[in-house]
Amino acid sequence: MASYRYPKVAASEITPRSVWLDRRRFLAGVGTAAALPLIGGGVAHAAALKTTPGPFNIDEEPTAKSDVTSYNNFYEFGTGKGDPSANSGDFQPEPWTLEVDGLVGKPQKFDLDSLHAFPLEDRTYRMRCVEAWSMVIPWVGFPLAALLDRVEPLGSAKYVAFETVMRPEEMPGQRGLFQPLEWPYVEGLRLDEARHPLTILSVGLYGETLPKQNGAPVRLVVPWKYGFKGIKSIVRMSLVEEEPVTSWSRLAPQEYGFYANVNPEVDHPRWSQASETRVGEGGFFNAARRPTLPFNGYGEEVASLYAGMDLRANY
Amino acid sequence: MAQVQAKSAQGRTVQAKSWNWRPASIWALYALGFVPAVWYFYLGATGQIAGNAVKEFEHLLGIWALRFLIATLTVTPLRDLAGINLLRYRRALGLLAFWYVLMHFLTYMVLDQNLNLATILADIAKRPFITIGMACLVLLIPLAATSNAWSIRRLGPNWQRLHKLSYLIVLGGATHFAMSVKVVTAEPFIYLLLAFVLVGYRALRPRVMRWKKAQRLAASTR
Repeated sequence: MASYRYPKVAASEITPRSVWLDRRRFLAGVGTAAALPLIGGGVAHAAALKTTPGPFNIDEEPTAKSDVTSYNNFYEFGTGKGDPSANSGDFQPEPWTLEVDGLVGKPQKFDLDSLHAFPLEDRTYRMRCVEAWSMVIPWVGFPLAALLDRVEPLGSAKYVAFETVMRPEEMPGQRGLFQPLEWPYVEGLRLDEARHPLTILSVGLYGETLPKQNGAPVRLVVPWKYGFKGIKSIVRMSLVEEEPVTSWSRLAPQEYGFYANVNPEVDHPRWSQASETRVGEGGFFNAARRPTLPFNGYGEEVASLYAGMDLRANY
Repeated sequence: MAQVQAKSAQGRTVQAKSWNWRPASIWALYALGFVPAVWYFYLGATGQIAGNAVKEFEHLLGIWALRFLIATLTVTPLRDLAGINLLRYRRALGLLAFWYVLMHFLTYMVLDQNLNLATILADIAKRPFITIGMACLVLLIPLAATSNAWSIRRLGPNWQRLHKLSYLIVLGGATHFAMSVKVVTAEPFIYLLLAFVLVGYRALRPRVMRWKKAQRLAASTR
């Protein structure tokens, strides 16, 4: 006779410790959210995160939160810039499992609690989209290297392959006719790029958990590369020996390469990459373009990773 | 309505007094046609377009230009095939298309590229989708300039010939849009399809007209 088993509640479904510790402020936040019902899909979920100031913060005016959370490229929710914030209501970023496997000594699954248990830092970075606009975003996250240390990559591992969640029932861009990309979205980094201290896994922005449209609950941020390298809503990371396939270079290899380092010298075939529009700067009539910097201004930190490489051929 | 009244007992006097709504409706079309541009300009100028406001405004003007081009070329098949005569609105639709293309280009030139002529010229020369877009704007200029009764009289049959450029322009405009996007979605595909169907209809049109004439003859001799 089978004995009764009480339903097992996943740790991730229990109130996160950070929220419990901060419950008074959380409740105040809930009160405000109730008073201002549903401004955009993601806001209702936002919870404050405990962070410490991290390194590499740039001294530039952060882009308004309203722009950061309403002007997004996240094709799983549609190709329009407003689609991710408008169409992500059904998406459930909790509970979540990020699986790390491949050429590692200790393959592991990370739930939200274990991701939030890494020491979270504020990292204000420039974000340069391949479409020639840019933002300054105060991310919350931790170095990807810290997570890689836990899984102990084998000596044969040369690259990290990333994969976004595949949930057509929650992500309208993944269903129907005319899907712009092959799903799931995949990205990759060389292992030394992945281990670089600038590279972070982000779980939040502006001090709160990531809105759905920005890649909740966990995404990659590689500030010296074009924004599309920053894969969102990651469910899997595999350590591999060969250069992994990446979504955009699979779609249009002549336009998007594996490296995708920000480079004002190498134009996109259809537009110049020499300058960029900083979103929100100068308003409508004086949206001054600023010159795009090599490696998005992080050359001092990362240029040595590519010593001896032809960056025109490896775009 | 004017026709109904013309048949009434008072005859001509009533018709003369009845208000002719046709010119007013054309002006209303112009007014309505500029609403998207004015509205989005207002939103942009007051900081209500999220993200890269200038680019969004620029794209919006381009899309509306394409819509008006397609509407202009729909007037003839609509009359041939559905018996709906909107010929009196065709000039307004075509001119709206021209103004939207011009505003689209000016937004790119002034608000987006800050009048950086070197970059603009390099873009036009180097990037095929911009070259095509620019060619469409240039080709639209003589069409807009001859969109008046005087030119029609003056040019005679050449006017018709000149305005066939609109077929090339709608194909170019839809191609320009399709080439500018990062991924193929339904939207540019639909515009390309509409452009091809509308231009393709012109090739079939003599046959359609012959068939309609034969039908009419058959009906009258029956």
